[in-house]
Amino acid sequence: MKRLLSILLCFVSLSVFANEPATEGAKGEGFNPGEMILEHIGDSHEWHLATLGAGEHATHVSLPLPIIAYQPGAGLSTFSGGKLAHGQSYNGLKLEHDKLVALDGSKVYDFSITKNTASLLISAVLMLLVFTTVARGYSRNQGRAPKGVQSFFEPVIIFIRDEVAKKNIGPKYERYMPYLLTAFFFIWFNNLLGLMPGAANLSGNIAVTMVLAVMTLVITLASSNKYYWAHIFATPGVPKPLLPIMIIVEFLGIFTKPFSLMIRLFANITAGHIVVLSFISLVFIFKSWAVAPVTIAFGLFINILELLVAILQAFIFTLLTAMYIGGAVEDHHDADMQMGYDDGSPSTHVAH
Amino acid sequence: MLPAFLSPELGLIFWQLVIFLLVLFLLGKFAWKPILLALKEREDNIEGALRMADQAKVEMQQLKAGNEKLLTDARLERDRMMQEATVMANQHREAEKARATAEANTIIQQAREAIQQEKNLALAEVKNTAAKLSVDIAERILRRELADPTAQTQLVDSYLKDVKLN
Repeated sequence: MKRLLSILLCFVSLSVFANEPATEGAKGEGFNPGEMILEHIGDSHEWHLATLGAGEHATHVSLPLPIIAYQPGAGLSTFSGGKLAHGQSYNGLKLEHDKLVALDGSKVYDFSITKNTASLLISAVLMLLVFTTVARGYSRNQGRAPKGVQSFFEPVIIFIRDEVAKKNIGPKYERYMPYLLTAFFFIWFNNLLGLMPGAANLSGNIAVTMVLAVMTLVITLASSNKYYWAHIFATPGVPKPLLPIMIIVEFLGIFTKPFSLMIRLFANITAGHIVVLSFISLVFIFKSWAVAPVTIAFGLFINILELLVAILQAFIFTLLTAMYIGGAVEDHHDADMQMGYDDGSPSTHVAH
Repeated sequence: MLPAFLSPELGLIFWQLVIFLLVLFLLGKFAWKPILLALKEREDNIEGALRMADQAKVEMQQLKAGNEKLLTDARLERDRMMQEATVMANQHREAEKARATAEANTIIQQAREAIQQEKNLALAEVKNTAAKLSVDIAERILRRELADPTAQTQLVDSYLKDVKLN
């Protein structure tokens, strides 16, 4: 049932992405919403906070971020991003459409602390602070009822443990708890941080979701047993002539599962940001106060929806990760044939 | 070429990998481990307490049932003893009564016999005394050889005065 539900959910969430408004078409003079939105959801080498004034005399209030670049010839160079502002070049490097390039056209590996990386560091520190506080709560309130932030996160942790890990992985769930909890809270925290004004779109960045998905893939493969591989290379209950096709399908399945994890999280969060930004752009497109009530109403609605999506996507990512791991550590492959049942009762398919 | 937001940046991949693994390691060591351990401990404690409460309840019930049984037994025992005591007392009373009656009868019988004996003895003595007196009187009369009827009468009178039936 749960598996069915999550498949349904991923369709629903993908359709949100598909309904993303066409941002390319609206090209006003001076204001290009498509460009503005892409700039907001993309990464940057500065943390742009506000623009005061308009046109030529605009003052950009932004935080310069450190540039860390590695050039095979010149080695590592580190300097403030402020030195590259307004198209200036420094140390043989410059920013071209917010992309670090060498003046002589040679290869540059960009390890800069970009807006997303800075946001990543902030969220990492925040998570460490919050959860060590929670952990301290357990030693301080030992034998007593949980208090404060501890009692806020405890039900969530128990939910992840009981409903996600135990149900989908089975008795070996304990080994995977740290990853599941970290992934869940990392995605949730960053989804919420991304909704704050001026914040980075970290969990809607494909590099971030890719790393998370690859980690799930690595953990799944590292904990896979012989039944997992037997299911891929000799799918039970499949007639022999069909096996070559099934092997290809099942083998691709190993990679499409994490790929879907990557795309789903990226698309959902980015789409949410695009929708909110599109509603805000309406004010600038119509250049009228009259449109403000609509903008505010819809923007608020989408923003509140995004609060829900923030935890929902974190949950879906964690749940699917647990399911993939569960499929890899499952002891008897019979249960694989049961789509939509996770009670572990023996299936009735024909013995092979 | 993919739009910028669809192409993963090497730098961010690197930082995400490093920072996420660091967070995973640190949280795993300093947060998840103690939290999950504490939760498990607490759940075990609660489960243990519940099991103990259940056990105590069962024991209590057993104790209560035992007490009830003891009480019922005691009551039955008391009733039995009371009944026995009553029966024994009755028996004892009956026996005592019978014995007393028998003894009284015996005493009465003996008394009657003794009275009869005494009476017989008394009668026998009266008879003897009467006979002896008669003989005595007759002897004295004969011994004096009486001539004078007056004297005779006088004599009889004097003797009779002597005799005075005691």
